[in-house]
Amino acid sequence: MLSRYLLKKLDISAMWFLAVLAAIALLVPALNLLVPETSAFHLSTYWVVLLGKYACYALLALSVDLVWGYAGILSLGHGAFFALGGYVMGMYLMRQIGSRGVYGDPILPDFMVFLNWPELPWFWLGSDVFAFTLIMILFVPGLLAFAFGWFAFRSRVTGVYLSIITQALTYALMLAFFRNNMGFGGNNGLTDFKDILGFSLQDDGTRAALFSISIVMLMLGFIICRAIITSQFGKALIAVRDAESRVRFLGYKAESYKLFVWTVSAMMAGVAGALYVPQVGIINPSEFAPANSIETVIWVAVGGRGTLIGAVIGAVSVNFAKTWFTAALPELWLFALGTLFIVVTIFMPKGILGLFAGHKIKPFNLSIFGKKSVDAEDGGVGDNNAKSS
Amino acid sequence: MQKAHNSILYLDGVSVSFDGFKALNSLSLIIEPGEMRAIIGPNGAGKTTMMDVITGKTKPDVGDILLNGSIDLTKKDETDIAQLGIGRKFQKPTVFESHTVQDNLELALKNDRRAFKMLFAKLDASQYERIDELLETIRLKDQRYELAANLSHGQKQWLEIGMLLAQEPKLLLVDEPAAGMTDAETHETAILLKEIAKTKSVVVVEHDMVFVRELGVKVSVLHEGSILAEGSMDDVSKNERVIEVYLGR
Ligand SMILES: Nc1ncnc2c1ncn2[C@@H]1O[C@H](COP(=O)(O)OP(=O)(O)OP(=O)(O)O)[C@@H](O)[C@H]1O
Ligand SMILES: [Mg+2]
Repeated sequence: MLSRYLLKKLDISAMWFLAVLAAIALLVPALNLLVPETSAFHLSTYWVVLLGKYACYALLALSVDLVWGYAGILSLGHGAFFALGGYVMGMYLMRQIGSRGVYGDPILPDFMVFLNWPELPWFWLGSDVFAFTLIMILFVPGLLAFAFGWFAFRSRVTGVYLSIITQALTYALMLAFFRNNMGFGGNNGLTDFKDILGFSLQDDGTRAALFSISIVMLMLGFIICRAIITSQFGKALIAVRDAESRVRFLGYKAESYKLFVWTVSAMMAGVAGALYVPQVGIINPSEFAPANSIETVIWVAVGGRGTLIGAVIGAVSVNFAKTWFTAALPELWLFALGTLFIVVTIFMPKGILGLFAGHKIKPFNLSIFGKKSVDAEDGGVGDNNAKSS
Repeated sequence: MQKAHNSILYLDGVSVSFDGFKALNSLSLIIEPGEMRAIIGPNGAGKTTMMDVITGKTKPDVGDILLNGSIDLTKKDETDIAQLGIGRKFQKPTVFESHTVQDNLELALKNDRRAFKMLFAKLDASQYERIDELLETIRLKDQRYELAANLSHGQKQWLEIGMLLAQEPKLLLVDEPAAGMTDAETHETAILLKEIAKTKSVVVVEHDMVFVRELGVKVSVLHEGSILAEGSMDDVSKNERVIEVYLGR
């Protein structure tokens, strides 16, 4: 009876969560655009941009929670999908500059002129078409994730090994994107954007719109995740998380389940990155930095893994703290983050949300690799430890 | 090959070694359709390993394993073998602890298990009825919405048997179903297995001699990875070699 009740309650909290997000999506632009600057209720553009960034981080955290919280895949490389989505959007924004660049070339972005490239490389073709850009924002991270997952999940790479490969993936991409002849602006990345769809990125109206779109995408991401995890598919997925090999003996192809959510999750991260870039005005290879991906995992752990809402709360609250810390005590931020992670994993395994849900604080009841214990990792199929005669 | 032809499960000359240690040593075993067979043997005899090679968890070094006399199981993985109709209950009960009893059964129900189908799948009325029936059979009606983690050891064993039934397999491999059960529960389990065996082929591994005797079926004694003796419980308990390695201890 209890869990049925909890499920119902979760549905109600999901509704509330969406309602709050919808209110924020309307309220923030209103307070910025409609309330006069002299009023105490006016929200400055600085805050709109900052909150817009948080919304993108929240969507990224949601995507990590989908794979970590429900499939037991601890990705330490989701920043790669985020950055790829960002680069796709950045390419479009570069093309929107047109002849307003320093070199005034109507087609080639400045850095290509600087490198004496005669023409646009093939992989930049179509980047001036917005609709094509939207497709690629999903397609590029999705394809990489699918290819990666195809090999990793079929060869049954799991746990810490899988985490390490995801980390290597984002690191390798970072090194690649640092190279000038990759064709993505080398270590400077893509920047000096001017317009999106003809609207100036400096306009308060554009910024407010980007903010609202980010929140709407966050809502959409949340709805998609909820739909997945509450379906029969989701039940099987959670079973895969808890006892992968046992699920196989029931006749499920565990790798297909993982591959699907992994790919969906990468696409969500790509959308987050694509919304992030026009708001911060730059994308460069440092977005691939392994530390970024690790930080995202910390947001999820802090908010409450495997709760979706917790991932969003974690992303916003940790980044809020980061904004405050890096202004007030910049040297201490990394120590604070590390301490936070340790405290959360030991004392609050269900994160901030776990405290509210009234779960007893029980250390170590959920290993970070999704399995209850090494023993259960085998689905308890090892058997040799259970002597019963 | 005539014997293989009429069997549901046919093992011939199956060997498995772990780092040079032969867990199965040229094991041969034939189960007829509709038969229930009990397998006994001391700790480490290779009983669980035998189930591992049948269900695709472990690949045999050599030997044939055929389902229905024709399907070569050594070439297939766990998922395929499960879908061919071989269900397994593990020695250590393995249910999905963060799911409710009902959800555990739902996951086990015979269904289209492809990921995309499952995204949009809904249980129909007959499947809910089936779950009601199963809950009745395994006596967990009152625990329907309880998390599996909160069940007692014996209840987990029963839930796993329920999951096994939900799959509607042709052949059931049941590893120590009575382990950790009270005498009364053990008795109930024997009755349940006999009921199941009316329509399906069953292989039961068990240490509990009272239980095996109660099943009243042909017994195979496994020792050091091969069959030592076969026959009724009375026959094998008179067999000197069996007494020596196992019963007489
Ligand atoms: N994966 C493995 N790696 C190494 N050795 C193994 C492995 N699996 C089983 N063994 C060994 O093979 C032998 C047979 O094990 P098995 O689990 O099949 O025995 P069993 O008959 O089921 O015993 P029990 O009654 O204790 O369950 C044991 O000595 C065991 O230690
Ligand atoms: Mg065993």
